[in-house]
Amino acid sequence: MATIEVLSEIAGVVWKIERAAGDSVATGDEIAILESMKMEIPVEAPQGGRILSFAVAEGDAVAEGQLIATLESEA
Amino acid sequence: MTPRILIANRGEIARRIIRSAKARGIETVAVYSEADANSAHVADATTSVAIGPAAARLSYLDTARVLQAAKESGATALHPGYGFLSENADFAEAVIAAGLIWIGPSPKTMRDMADKDRARSIAEAAGVPVVPGSPRFSAKDLADEAVLQAAAERVGYPLLVKAAAGGGGIGMRRVNGPETLAETLRATASMAAKSFGDGAVFLERFVPRARHVEIQVFGYGENGAIHLYERDCSLQRRFQKVIEESPAPALSDAIRAAMAKAALSLCAATRYVGAGTVEFILDVETEEFFFLEMNTRIQVEHPVTESVTGTDLVGMQIDLALGQGGELAQASIPCAGHSIQCRLYAENPKKNFLPSPGPLTVFTLPEPQPGLQVETGYRQGDQVTPFYDPMLAKLIVHAPDRLTACDRAIAALEATKVEGIATNRDFLIACLKDPDFRSGNVDTGFIDREGKRLANSVA
Repeated sequence: MATIEVLSEIAGVVWKIERAAGDSVATGDEIAILESMKMEIPVEAPQGGRILSFAVAEGDAVAEGQLIATLESEA
Repeated sequence: MTPRILIANRGEIARRIIRSAKARGIETVAVYSEADANSAHVADATTSVAIGPAAARLSYLDTARVLQAAKESGATALHPGYGFLSENADFAEAVIAAGLIWIGPSPKTMRDMADKDRARSIAEAAGVPVVPGSPRFSAKDLADEAVLQAAAERVGYPLLVKAAAGGGGIGMRRVNGPETLAETLRATASMAAKSFGDGAVFLERFVPRARHVEIQVFGYGENGAIHLYERDCSLQRRFQKVIEESPAPALSDAIRAAMAKAALSLCAATRYVGAGTVEFILDVETEEFFFLEMNTRIQVEHPVTESVTGTDLVGMQIDLALGQGGELAQASIPCAGHSIQCRLYAENPKKNFLPSPGPLTVFTLPEPQPGLQVETGYRQGDQVTPFYDPMLAKLIVHAPDRLTACDRAIAALEATKVEGIATNRDFLIACLKDPDFRSGNVDTGFIDREGKRLANSVA
């Protein structure tokens, strides 16, 4: 099993955390939504697996490339 | 009392309002968040007041902080600009209750027009054509699917699910058939409850090929209103406007006159005061037009109207609110030449228009000259933060005819240099060079259909 880091592709603010640590997710599932420049930017699981942890909370400011969550891949 | 206007806004529109105030010898007060302390609009104003942290909710949208700033700075009037608090009727009432002049329409009209359902009823009663639609549904109405399906049948597919309290494309979803109706209604209602504190939603016919044409109006309350012709804002992406122009291309005189007449009927019904915009969608196939909504404020695209009519809409707002200057007669408003506004956004067309905050390491805009107006809240070296909208600048050109205006806009964009962040500059140029756009054959779906090709057609 591999650990996958989900990074923010943009500077913004965490608007919503949509899943919780322990949840199973499929590739492309939205796990959080960032807000940047009045737009909602979804954060998607790059592959299927289980969410180990979130590194941010709702309302946090994030920089581009900042860690959002850590997943454990199924493979 | 010596007038002193507080501008409850930021960026280019704050600077624009300060300019018109200065031209009248009126002092101005800028407000700013922590993120904007070194912004151009703060430097432009006579004086300025800090109103809180970067997040708009804690600064520009914090009515108590803004009112406190007005009190502290000795402001006698308040101009809300667009966005932020500009359509907040409670705020307008609080401004008036604090003894200040509200530079805008009456809170009652604002409230009536902000509620889309009520706006529609008022428009309908005034004889303005409206889009076929449903009554509003509250959360409990959403339980009865048969009622929803019957209402949708009457409206007709494809349709839009809209939040009653939404605006500017926010809280709007398309439904193509009965399968996804109930689910979309529930999702929109839940989003609306969270975002606006009001979960009411309604259905509205979606016109597959539509143009967005709006009439600029200016009301003098009991003394009537004038119109300042139309703007075509069909070039939109996700309901956000990208290029606007006046007059609308390929619009017959009969339809233009009918739209202006409808807009003035709405003004008469509301005894409208000040600058406003009545938005219509125009069905490209049938040439029917329907009332969309009325924006009770100055709009981002107001300069194209100023260009063709030779007016200063912001100045007119100030004069009316402060009780100075006379009323303009309809016959004194010309519509000369053609004007186009391009919105330069901090976004990346090659990454699906993802916003692009960051430092403006290079930010060169063309020099304003006759036929070219440049509006921006940014300077080279500024940081474009993720907290506010992505508009960097507006380039407004004016020319004797539409194609010359297109070419002037292209030249102005080519003289624009931005480094440090991605922008839609090349995308705008590609739109202006597109044969369909140049022939005036555009509708609101243009960018959705052609956006990818246009984004990739440039280096």
